[in-house]
Amino acid sequence: MIDNDAAYPRSEPGQTPLLRMTGIDKTFPGVKALDDVHITVFHGECLALLGENGAGKSTLMKILSGVYQPDSGEIAFNGEVVALSSPRQAQALGISIIYQEFNLMPNLTVAENVFIGREPNTSGFVNRRKMEDDTQALLNRLGVSLDPRSTVRDLSVAEQQMVEIAKALSTNAKLVIMDEPTSALTDREVDSLLEIVNNLKAQGLGVIFITHRLDELAPIGDRVTVLRDGRNAGEMLMSEASPEAIVRMMVGRNIADLYEKTGASYDPGAPYVLEVRGLSRTGSAQDATQIVLHDVSFGVRAGEIVGLAGLVGAGRTEVARSIFGADHIDSGEILIDGKPVKITTPRDAIRHGLGLVPEDRKLQGLVLNLAVRENIALPSLDKMVKLGFVQTRQEQSLARRFVDALNIRTPSLEQQVLNLSGGNQQKVVIAKWLALQPKMLILDEPTRGIDIGAKAEVHSLIAELAKQGVAVLMISSELPEILGMSDRILVMHEGHIVADVPRAAATEEVIMRYATGVDRAHVAQVA
Amino acid sequence: MSQAVATGQERRSTDVVSVLGKFAPLIFLAILVVILSVLRPNFLSAFNLFNVMRQISFIGILAVGMTFVILTAGIDLSVGSLLAFSGIVCATVAKGSRSLLEGGVTDAGGVRVLLAALAAILVGMLVGLLQGSLTARAGIPAFIVTLGGLGAWRGATLLWSNGQPISSFSDEFKFWGQGFIGPLPVPVIFFLAMVIIGQVILKYTQYGRWIYALGGNPEASRLSGLNVKMLITSVYVISGFCAGLAGFLLTSRLNSAEQVAGQGYELQAIAAVVIGGTSLFGGQGGMIGTLIGAMLIGVLNNGLVILNVSPYYQQIVIGAIIVLSVYIDQLAKRRSRA
Repeated sequence: MIDNDAAYPRSEPGQTPLLRMTGIDKTFPGVKALDDVHITVFHGECLALLGENGAGKSTLMKILSGVYQPDSGEIAFNGEVVALSSPRQAQALGISIIYQEFNLMPNLTVAENVFIGREPNTSGFVNRRKMEDDTQALLNRLGVSLDPRSTVRDLSVAEQQMVEIAKALSTNAKLVIMDEPTSALTDREVDSLLEIVNNLKAQGLGVIFITHRLDELAPIGDRVTVLRDGRNAGEMLMSEASPEAIVRMMVGRNIADLYEKTGASYDPGAPYVLEVRGLSRTGSAQDATQIVLHDVSFGVRAGEIVGLAGLVGAGRTEVARSIFGADHIDSGEILIDGKPVKITTPRDAIRHGLGLVPEDRKLQGLVLNLAVRENIALPSLDKMVKLGFVQTRQEQSLARRFVDALNIRTPSLEQQVLNLSGGNQQKVVIAKWLALQPKMLILDEPTRGIDIGAKAEVHSLIAELAKQGVAVLMISSELPEILGMSDRILVMHEGHIVADVPRAAATEEVIMRYATGVDRAHVAQVA
Repeated sequence: MSQAVATGQERRSTDVVSVLGKFAPLIFLAILVVILSVLRPNFLSAFNLFNVMRQISFIGILAVGMTFVILTAGIDLSVGSLLAFSGIVCATVAKGSRSLLEGGVTDAGGVRVLLAALAAILVGMLVGLLQGSLTARAGIPAFIVTLGGLGAWRGATLLWSNGQPISSFSDEFKFWGQGFIGPLPVPVIFFLAMVIIGQVILKYTQYGRWIYALGGNPEASRLSGLNVKMLITSVYVISGFCAGLAGFLLTSRLNSAEQVAGQGYELQAIAAVVIGGTSLFGGQGGMIGTLIGAMLIGVLNNGLVILNVSPYYQQIVIGAIIVLSVYIDQLAKRRSRA
């Protein structure tokens, strides 16, 4: 345990902190979620709140936003002790929270969303002009160029987030809580978000920033508070904190070589397990003329990890889904072990030995109210059935094997997966594909939103698979992950594969230049 | 959410509300039976109990099929009308000759009865296949497809029979609706058999697992290689099968295929499923709940009658129980999630 009290409090003596939470306890049936936790935020300061999933960050923030009531402890806001008995009350005090999942109405405009429930009106009739002007003023204050009249559905994830922040500002927020605001953003969008955070700080607001991506804290963070297992694990000034020190505090141990895969485990002359030729598709849900994929061609060998990099919207997920038969394609050919195959449904893909760990584990990867056992066995049920009846014994031993092999932390095989932490849920998704012994595994953002310890485990798992001869295609928005794991990196830009970079030549800068369209390389055509 | 795992302990919830939520319909049923048997001692007689069971067996059979449909987050509003339509087809096949359709001439009995039953079930399954395909393949919401069916199959029934009931059947035909095997009325045997078969399918077979997975998360199911369209279609075929079977049994029970047979049954079947704890959002619930839900409705109807309560109250009480049981269920879920 590190408890660096020298870094706390940071500001000049005599200044009243914006927020001080002390001695917060919260117990759920059977679990002590928070144990004597304290945090402090000063005016104009960004506090980075870190910790693995399950460390208690979310519970603490739910208490701060009035969703949960603490069992004991004191909350002082602007020097006054307050009781936050409802989200409404927290908001009235000036505490705004921006959740990972947005609470926007997709069919309403930006302005309507910002002022939802508080529309400026004259005897019941909405004053549209004023609402839009006020929204524009807020967006200007944030330095965001967005039309208050555009419909939220048409905005990118990053833009929707800006709307959320504008909404928080419009309620005269003094403290803004951002819960993993960057997990769905591209690096460029992250930069502009961080700029906005600095902007908010300059205006005297306090910000609590929760993230798993340590690299983005340097430009904005003033102080770091780390929680572990529901307790304070330590605090430090950002200027004195190294990522290694923070990680050590979070996990209580040292993690070396976080993203490092050692040595190639494939034969560069070997034939491709999966080969894709000329995959093309025009037309997305939003825009029927948009080029989603254009002449995408590449191959993956047994034991090879191919990274697929690019900005959000470049077409990476679409490549994965097309290969897997989840989305239709206009033209193109897929070859498995050199033979052309017809894949029009995920069922076909599975029959040909492919597996897909999808982008969103809760929406696409898991049946949340089924047990760990049932989720792991779902794709391979065919092998465990006699006369239509599931052989529960076999199913249990299969699930047990993978729970042990992947170190899935669950109280039992019968636990509903919705009760597991993000990292363990992700391991269940991976397990269900490993149970099928695929030739080729496609992983779409395999470590999004999971904590650092679990991340390292997932990485070594992927490396281990490759060692056993599985061909791996890995999509990731985190460059260190792509660089650390891949034998070869394909970079996508606007539906094209614009570069095929060998591991030795790959740096963050090289990849970003291709991904942003600054550079276009001649891609060696696969023959 | 993730706290439970952080400490590696299983959350033991001995919470009264969650226990109550799980067994609420059963507790309701038990209380009701106790009250009724105190107030009217002959309520508990075997005769009366089997009578209650026989009354609800037709709705109960529909509810078995409905459970499959609702587990996939679907709905089948057409079953009442489909029951009438398959009943009238069944009656026609039993009579065999058009000249027998009018007047009080009975059917020929024998193998005709079997054919008639098969015809009713086949009609139900074909209609289910049509409605299921429109839902799964053409992508029309099940509510709309089966709302259309609710009107259309009732109309088809009237058209088929020219608005006249088809009555008077042989004893062999009437046996299936009116007869007994040992002390048990035949429709009750069918109902209980369907419940048991349904329960076994849902809990122990691959198909049952698919149904729960599909209802819980259709996209994850599709990406896990399940044939989602086929599965969705199949639950409407099952529902149609149940409607056909109920159509045959009710025609036999009434000794007549009526145009108004099964009117409003679809809502009672849905009520039985929902009271039994199956979620309208799919993926949660089961057949035992449906059995209890159906019994609750039956006992309530019967009890209010023997207590001389106006039948008008029955509908109010059942309405209130639907809302109350779903409310308790949700309270329990909220409790276990917090």
